[in-house]
Amino acid sequence: MLKILKYSFYDLMRSRWSYVYFLFYLLLGFVLLFLNNDVSKAVITLMNIIIVLTPLIGTIFGVMYYYNSTEFTELLLAQPINRNKIFMGQYIGISLSLTLSLVLGLGIPFMAYGLFKSSIIFDFSLLLVVGSFLNFIFVALAYNIALSTENKIKGFGYAILMWLFLAVIYDGIFLISLVFFNEYPLDKFSLIATMLNPIDLSRILILLKLDISALLGYTGAVFRKFFGTNIGMLFSMFVLVFWVILPILRMNFKLKKKDF
Amino acid sequence: MIEFKNLHKRFGKLTVLDGLDLSIKEGGIFAILGPNGSGKTTLIKCLLGMVIPNTGVISFKNENVLGKFEYRNNLNYLPQIANFPPNLRVIELINMVKNLRPKKSKEQELIELFGLGHFLNKKLGNLSGGTKQKVNIVLTFMFDSELIILDEPTTGLDPIALIHLKDLIQKEKEKGKTILITTHIMSVVDELADEIVFLLDGKIYFKGSIDALKKQTENDNLEHAIANLISKQYA
Repeated sequence: MLKILKYSFYDLMRSRWSYVYFLFYLLLGFVLLFLNNDVSKAVITLMNIIIVLTPLIGTIFGVMYYYNSTEFTELLLAQPINRNKIFMGQYIGISLSLTLSLVLGLGIPFMAYGLFKSSIIFDFSLLLVVGSFLNFIFVALAYNIALSTENKIKGFGYAILMWLFLAVIYDGIFLISLVFFNEYPLDKFSLIATMLNPIDLSRILILLKLDISALLGYTGAVFRKFFGTNIGMLFSMFVLVFWVILPILRMNFKLKKKDF
Repeated sequence: MIEFKNLHKRFGKLTVLDGLDLSIKEGGIFAILGPNGSGKTTLIKCLLGMVIPNTGVISFKNENVLGKFEYRNNLNYLPQIANFPPNLRVIELINMVKNLRPKKSKEQELIELFGLGHFLNKKLGNLSGGTKQKVNIVLTFMFDSELIILDEPTTGLDPIALIHLKDLIQKEKEKGKTILITTHIMSVVDELADEIVFLLDGKIYFKGSIDALKKQTENDNLEHAIANLISKQYA
């Protein structure tokens, strides 16, 4: 598996898009820090960008890589390697290279700004951890969709819809149902609804850490009331881990019966 | 050497393999023929473990292969379409496959044979279709395995490369290897094959030597003999 991982990783690190992605974050980091002059505000802006953009890029890279490498995957499948290992290697390779672009792209400007001297470093590292989680989650979801859909165009469409649903539509439905059912106790409902969406969960995790009540919103407040700040963070981190594991399990299950 | 027993495979409503039985002995060149969509590639992919049959048993050297992967160390496969990661260089791809199979390989000889020396440091995305196919052939023949499976090996090759390929196949046969070929080019079959396996409607319709086929169809020309078999499907 490590060998496949290594080659997928190198292959992607050499593609133009990894650099574009890296340069985008690099530019974003520099612009936000040096124009804003306020690190904590920069972190909040970054959070808003990261929780929407990393899932999108992870989704697109995931489906694209899967469909682009089908023939090469066939070549690998004819080698004496377990098929689960081929796909796990590819999956981890993509996720790692995206994570590297994110961490380096944002890390360099923040280091240049002298971040290590301020206490904001913890907020910032949490941002990167959450971004990495989102990478791993959405590449896994994209791989699941691609594995279940023969047709490239359909697979791409489903993947983008999945992102759109989780990043935008879900919140809309959530909000409408909060308004609609506001006569009922909604604590548990909103807790569960948040956990079922990794993007919402990431937002709350970061906001709990930043400790900005104004931005926390209803769900965030419920989260803090229910768990307290520290347990709330630990718990949401734990749920994020589940969000990585479950799609991976389904991937391996799907692979057992898949024809190539 | 290879046994297929009562193999069934359906893709949705389409039945591709319908209770296929086939046994292939060790040594020699076997041409797997049949009209488009008769299940040639599916049969090969079942053997490789890429397509999972609905029912049936496949054994390779008396061992069941379904759900296993170690046996693939003893077979080389040339896929139908050669498409590789565009950002890798040719030499990196060769080294990668070598790395995946800890086995002695003779890629240098083959690189010279097919004149790929100048291309080694080129990216695979920049190669032409025929050159990619040559790389594909190097990857397939560089290992010493008992079974060699070639799916449409002649696609995109220039005449010289084609002659080299045929020589290569003959040489492997002389070493006592078992070689399975699918192709639509009858001259290749005529030149190389010891035995023909003809698939129709997901079953083996004919298995035997070229002479036996000519005799059965009362046709002296192989191309016409095969056309004769296929025409029964169209009738």
